[in-house]
Amino acid sequence: MSAAGIIFSNLHEAHITELTKVRTMAAVPFMARYRLVDFPLSNMINSGITNVSVITHYNYHSLMNHIGSGKDWDLARRNGGIQILPPFITAYANNSNSLYSTRLEALCSINHSISNIKDDFIVLCDCDCICNIDIKEILEEHEEKKADLTVVVQKKNVTDEERAKFTIIEADADGHITDAFTNSGMTSGEKHVSLNIMVITRQFMSNMLADTMAHSYKSFTYDIIGRYKGSRNFRIHEFNGHYSAVDSFVGYFNQSMKILRTESIREEIFGNKNRPIFTRIRNSVPTRYKTGCIVRNSFIADGCIIEGTVENSILARNVKIGKNAVVRNSILFRNTTVGEYAELDYVLSDKNATIRDGRHLSGCDALPYFIDKGMNL
Amino acid sequence: MLLAGGQGSRLYTLTEKSAKPAVPFGGKYRIIDFPLSNCVHSGIDVVGVLTQYRPLELNEYIGNGQPWGLDLMYGGAMVLPPYQGKTADWYKGTANAIYQNLHFIDRYDPDYVVILSGDHIYKMDYSAMLKEHIKNDAVCSIAVINVSLQEASRFGIMNTDENNRILEFEEKPKHPKSTKASMGIYIFNTDKLKSYLIADEADENSSKDFGKNIIPTMLNAGERMFAYQFDGYWRDVGTIDSLWEANMDLLGEVPEFNLDSDWTIYSRNYTLPPQFIGESAVIDNSIITENCHIESRIENSVLFSSVTVEPGALIRNSILMSGVTVRAGAKVDYAIIDHDTVIGAGAEIGQEKGADGKRPAIAVIGSDLNVPPGMKIGAGEMINEASLEAKFKTVG
Repeated sequence: MSAAGIIFSNLHEAHITELTKVRTMAAVPFMARYRLVDFPLSNMINSGITNVSVITHYNYHSLMNHIGSGKDWDLARRNGGIQILPPFITAYANNSNSLYSTRLEALCSINHSISNIKDDFIVLCDCDCICNIDIKEILEEHEEKKADLTVVVQKKNVTDEERAKFTIIEADADGHITDAFTNSGMTSGEKHVSLNIMVITRQFMSNMLADTMAHSYKSFTYDIIGRYKGSRNFRIHEFNGHYSAVDSFVGYFNQSMKILRTESIREEIFGNKNRPIFTRIRNSVPTRYKTGCIVRNSFIADGCIIEGTVENSILARNVKIGKNAVVRNSILFRNTTVGEYAELDYVLSDKNATIRDGRHLSGCDALPYFIDKGMNL
Repeated sequence: MLLAGGQGSRLYTLTEKSAKPAVPFGGKYRIIDFPLSNCVHSGIDVVGVLTQYRPLELNEYIGNGQPWGLDLMYGGAMVLPPYQGKTADWYKGTANAIYQNLHFIDRYDPDYVVILSGDHIYKMDYSAMLKEHIKNDAVCSIAVINVSLQEASRFGIMNTDENNRILEFEEKPKHPKSTKASMGIYIFNTDKLKSYLIADEADENSSKDFGKNIIPTMLNAGERMFAYQFDGYWRDVGTIDSLWEANMDLLGEVPEFNLDSDWTIYSRNYTLPPQFIGESAVIDNSIITENCHIESRIENSVLFSSVTVEPGALIRNSILMSGVTVRAGAKVDYAIIDHDTVIGAGAEIGQEKGADGKRPAIAVIGSDLNVPPGMKIGAGEMINEASLEAKFKTVG
């Protein structure tokens, strides 16, 4: 059994425009030293998938910069490895130059690459799937049940306000998918929601894409699951571990804080020796804690220099906290500099931001204060 | 050519299982990262690494040279172990080690050969030294650093004229005439290096050493040899005290040796999660790296990756290498603890600074050991598997 992976780098960018206006979703920093793409990539590698394609849309420079040759993920290989698929746009393609907007259109746009895949199965994954999941187990189940499609789901209490965010999957007691829908008016309560991780048999994938192009299908949920569910073997696989997706700026902030606060989640995601989360190696120096610093309950990357107080915060690489500065409940991206006597509470600063001496900035848990990339306050 | 075969016997248990250049330093480095990174920044992209003593860990560490960007189609980093052949054998001295690898030098046919040792902590631009070597029309250049007159008798000392031309070389002189100590860094014109190595090899009385044989012979022959003055930070970390002190130089308000600069020291890094500083942590003047979990007081210390310190423990003036666990209530002061060792609850390692203000001797605990709860290990003790067991039996 062998499988190839496809990662969608941007499908939910509109959820978090603060962070995606300067980079693609896959390259959004997360938990001090990672970027979102590290999670699906690592989950694939740890399940033996070494042929991975990343579909890109706009603004994928920082993603390419992050992935490089793929060496840091052991994906710089003679056969397979990682390839970034830029949007297929040519000067002479007349009217077929439109960029995709849905998952299905994205797959059609890389049909030429998919047709080169020799592996029996294809694993599709969004880039904002923050979890540590054994995909191998899902592949084995998929093969054993002779499924065409397996959708990874999690039980979730879906409220009225939230239901628009989820694809809800209904299945019978044997795990066969009986229905799939989004944004329905009658669906609050405990539901199986799709985690946007799925396994597709390659043969079915090529049939499906041919059909999609012939009929101009748009939606994976309605056109593929909806139309084929009776004739094809579609199944669910329930995942019970920690999972978070990025559904909004506040959601991003709170998901990060939840992982920071909860040792069992940190342990599950980052502490699994057999399934480490890989990321780019940067050779930062160790973090220096200077005399006078007070640091508590914080997740801190290498290369920082801390002289002030840091509590309940996430500090990415090379963050500098000045003397007598106080940083609480905040997420500071790479190269953020906090000046002396500055005070930050519920702040998210993007890369290279500078908060000058004595500035006081405060948001709240429902609305963190956001500082743009490179801003000098 | 990087001489990395040193045993480092004065590092005791730290070099029981690996060679001195593989000894960890500064939270995430090994000694050999410094000369290797210096080579990369100096534009040297063919580096032969000569290993001999306990090479396994070092070979694995260097691998194909990828962490330093030295995995190249042409050149790159290459491990050169001793080999068997008609005229080949174990490396008998530094000069003999290079002699046995002249075929490697021939293969790349460089104009100059830089000889380095894997024993020192420093950042140095070898290309600036080479520039001066060429400007001086030298046959051999030797990097020197100013030491105090008292220290000078521990080093190889160069006596030079006002143009830095070397007039005399004295190995560990009793009455030093200058304070220019050799750093063990040489640049040679390749053809001269070859002819002197071949001649030295034929001399049965030679101990096949650069400092003892090659350099004096060349000086006697009147070759143009120059000292290259280096003014930066440079430390030989060949003893427990000097290794501890060099690590402590990374700390302080303005560290004596700053790792954080454009002159990045590269090392083989494994992807590990960020460090987590817990509720009860109090950290003062320390450096800490990836995957550490700190729940107690840490003062003036260097912590390598994946160190866990439980609540109520106290770490002071110490170096804790990768994977060390310190259980609740244990006290560690003036100590070096090698990788993956567990210090049991309430154990006491090393000793506090006494009322006289004198620094106690550094206690050293070897790797992969389990120090039982409550055990006391005093200042300056060297603990390996055998001595730990013996201690356990006597203490009970």
